[in-house]
Amino acid sequence: MSIDIIISLVKAFLILGLLLTNTILLIWLERKVVAGMQSRVGPDRAGPFGILQTLADAIKLLLKEQIMPLKADRAMYILAPILALVPSFLIFMIIPLGPDIDIEIKGQSIRVPLVGADLNVGVLFFLALSSIAVYSVVLAGWSSGSKYPLLGGVRASAQMISYEAAMGLSLVPVILYSGSMSMTEIVKSQDGHLSSPIPFLDAIVSFIPNWNIFPQFVAFVIFFVASIAEVNRAPFDLVEAEQELVGGFHTEYSGFRFAMFFLAEYINMFNMCAVTATFFLGGWLGPTFSNFLPPLISALMPAFWLGVKTFGLLFIYVWIRATLPRLRYDQLMELGWKRMIPISLIWLLLSSIVLGIREFGLPWS
Amino acid sequence: MLDLILFAIPALFVLAGALIVIFAKNPVHNSMGLVLTLASLAVVYITLNATFVAMVQMLVYAGAVMTLFLFVIMMIGVDKAEQTKEEIKGQTFLVLGTLILLGSLLTYVVINSGFKWDLWFPAVEYSIEGTPDLIASTLFTGWVFPFEVISILLIVAATAAIALAYDTKTPRKDDD
Repeated sequence: MSIDIIISLVKAFLILGLLLTNTILLIWLERKVVAGMQSRVGPDRAGPFGILQTLADAIKLLLKEQIMPLKADRAMYILAPILALVPSFLIFMIIPLGPDIDIEIKGQSIRVPLVGADLNVGVLFFLALSSIAVYSVVLAGWSSGSKYPLLGGVRASAQMISYEAAMGLSLVPVILYSGSMSMTEIVKSQDGHLSSPIPFLDAIVSFIPNWNIFPQFVAFVIFFVASIAEVNRAPFDLVEAEQELVGGFHTEYSGFRFAMFFLAEYINMFNMCAVTATFFLGGWLGPTFSNFLPPLISALMPAFWLGVKTFGLLFIYVWIRATLPRLRYDQLMELGWKRMIPISLIWLLLSSIVLGIREFGLPWS
Repeated sequence: MLDLILFAIPALFVLAGALIVIFAKNPVHNSMGLVLTLASLAVVYITLNATFVAMVQMLVYAGAVMTLFLFVIMMIGVDKAEQTKEEIKGQTFLVLGTLILLGSLLTYVVINSGFKWDLWFPAVEYSIEGTPDLIASTLFTGWVFPFEVISILLIVAATAAIALAYDTKTPRKDDD
């Protein structure tokens, strides 16, 4: 077996492990943060600060009976949770965790990029997989053979299609700015600091890092809102609105199949935040302090910075969930089609004009 | 050998999905069969070094178009029994006639080409990778006229669909 295949396998297993352990941490974090915001204690029995609560829940779900509703469509009912889980694991493969590193194996040095797969169409890969994720929700809702899940499934398909359009459109200016669809190149293009042709402004902005969020703030807001809608979280959680639809698309699921949906939801959240950080917040870029830190720790600093940015965004997700009430269905559709898509189109036009002027000069000069 | 395996596995999935589309009784199963076909086609594109086309295939066909299919199927209702009665008079004979015509045309082409397989399947240039740059520069320089014509066609079709579906006569009550 060649060394490339081994390296790829090691990366895949590392990412699998990272995502699974991270989910445990994330669920605990969300419960603690929401509890704090609502003046409750939250989980505090299992382990220190209740950090093992998620593990206990997972074991409980594994041991539970798996119920198959009488009217369920067997094949689709089993397929749906798998379709939820697979894209969520795949998306993280394209997120770069740091610059290329050199590893010494059997006396020869090998350059290893710290990314699962550096695709030259990484942005499209991300969009394609997130559009595949819709099927799991729709199929789960339909195959359960029950009213409430079906309503959740129909809502999901309408909602995810609407917001996917805005999400894709908001990414186009970022691709134009970075000049590449590869995630690695997008991160590299955000290196350095902002600059301005006007000397006075240049002195002010030269302290700010050259992240896409500053020139592309509108695109960032649209992408962030659309990403919340895409992972079906509050205030866009009409798909699983407890007060209206019992549990939404996963009402009839129990045991491990339910756990798969739950896991996929949290991994998707994490993915969305990591992707947002990569597109808009400079990804792994940050000070590595290679002068006074040991080389191993300073090599891990990029991954640490990506983690800080991702968890910062995740905190905002949880914050929004604890603060905002759920949108009504027609409000959701109106926001998607009448506000976000037109704004992202106008923004695309504006940033293309600015880029064109910067590249080719004013049309009359 | 590896090329053959990499082609054969997704190709089998393409065919299996197509058979599901034809033979499954349930419309949702049909549409999922079509998703399987389209997604496996994307894998075939990747083996042909056309990653951009593969991703667009996943995004547009397997992602957006098929989700809309599923949405419409669920809105209309899945449980309606399939129509087995012939809608058009002499449907079977028309189909048979078309098949014979198509078959004879194919036979004619096959015989005329003197059974040269490599003529029908020209060797693929594996060294060229279908990057976004390459596709964009081909599409927007050499093929810009057909590209623009197609875009006009699509806009006309979309406008026509809206014009046909938009009912101006009945007053809309639920509009706020």
